[in-house]
Amino acid sequence: MATVETLQHGAQLRTDVRHWMVERNILEVITPVLSSAAVTDPQIESFRAESGAVSTNAFLQTSPEFPMKRLLAAYGRDVYQLAPVFRAGESGRYHNPEFTLLEWYRVGIDHRQLMTEIGQLFHSVAVSFDLQWQADEHAVYWDVVESFLEIPASSIDTRSVARYFADHERSWPQAIDDDLDAALDLLLDEFWLPTLPNERLTFLVDYPASQAALARKRVDARGRAVADRFEVYVGKVELANGFFELTDAEEQLARFEADNRQRQRNQQHPMPIDRRLLAALEHGLPACAGVAVGMERLLMVLTGASHINEVLAFDISRG
Amino acid sequence: MQASLSNIMANYGTNEFKGGLKIMLDGDPHSIVSNEFVKPGKGQAFARTRVRNLKTGRVVERTFKSGESVESADVMDTEMQYLYSDGEHWHFMNPSSFEQLAADKTAVGDAHLWLMDEAICEVTLYNGQPLAVTPPNFVEMVITETDPGLRGDTATGGTKPAYLGTGAVVKVPLFIEEGEKIRIDTRSGEYVSRVK
Repeated sequence: MATVETLQHGAQLRTDVRHWMVERNILEVITPVLSSAAVTDPQIESFRAESGAVSTNAFLQTSPEFPMKRLLAAYGRDVYQLAPVFRAGESGRYHNPEFTLLEWYRVGIDHRQLMTEIGQLFHSVAVSFDLQWQADEHAVYWDVVESFLEIPASSIDTRSVARYFADHERSWPQAIDDDLDAALDLLLDEFWLPTLPNERLTFLVDYPASQAALARKRVDARGRAVADRFEVYVGKVELANGFFELTDAEEQLARFEADNRQRQRNQQHPMPIDRRLLAALEHGLPACAGVAVGMERLLMVLTGASHINEVLAFDISRG
Repeated sequence: MQASLSNIMANYGTNEFKGGLKIMLDGDPHSIVSNEFVKPGKGQAFARTRVRNLKTGRVVERTFKSGESVESADVMDTEMQYLYSDGEHWHFMNPSSFEQLAADKTAVGDAHLWLMDEAICEVTLYNGQPLAVTPPNFVEMVITETDPGLRGDTATGGTKPAYLGTGAVVKVPLFIEEGEKIRIDTRSGEYVSRVK
């Protein structure tokens, strides 16, 4: 349970964010929390909303991304919101199944420019909390992986990652099997994250194309398939995830369907695809970049909290 | 009947992991010491645990992919009464069935320092054999040897070593005397209070 000081800090943070958005003429919006469609990403589980009285097939949002993109397609202007989001099964030091995302989209800029903006926002809220964060650092995903494994990206497979874990006497979950994305995630978490200095913003950029989610894909200068996706860390805490947004309706549908096929292989339920989002993309989504920031984690970093429960009025066990 | 019951094995998913859960790993029973939900960004979630091998006492880190399931260990904590030690084994009795069991040095570990006649201990059984012994959180024991007390000196906060019959040594305030009974927290091995 948060102390009253922490509640005040949370209020201050939201006020700072709103001022910052107003200054840039980014429009605050509210979109529905309940939706008949849901995220298909196999790594994210939606809550289904049940009602005893009326028949319902609604899901609680895991992110306001889809309706916000529909607004972008309709009106073509910068929007943001502070949205309650829900992800089943995520509980821990940095996770609560219900949390707040600051999600914002900027029309006509790419993810690189958006990263600059995020840096400005984070440094400005840090200053209002009397903190001074070091200058930002950019790390390229495949470069980081290659620097540990010392082999080129093209020849990296789960066995090379498993061998690295064995050489360093770290526990390797056999269940990773041939899931390279899971293997790389764990590699970064075990070996890269601990090297990040506290009180510095680190942008991890150019994710493997297989982890593109809703970002555009391309081939980098060294011939590696990458996505225009980034994550932002303050110290060792992951705070934000952003994309140079995919605008191609056909490719978006293909990714949703691929997700659902993967869900079936994993024995997860396939999710209802957001046809309204696809229609909006078809109509035309302007080139834009977007990012989602975990507000509770940002507050943790700003207040020095060591568990997310310290910044929540009531965590899931008390909700 | 008991044997057939204990053969029913449950599995635990990573979302059920918590401190104290007993699981089988590499053929040995382990107890989860701590569990951390790890999910960097949007990717795969993991459970990073620290587990204690209940046979060797060794604590190691083990990481599981979220959603994996692990066999439960047929480990049972039972309240048993300590009877006596023959120097090699420590003998315990189940107060309701009167069944007796002998625990060896590995199972008893440091608990022997706090074992007194008739103390009710928690004995961890694996396949019916004692694996570990946990003494009561608080015990009352008589001091067999300590330096003479400094009468009236109750304020300085100084301590001195006091020897107990079991071989345990506890730091006590200067005013405590030989032959007195004291209360001890066995988890920290610290003196709590004088028992009148």
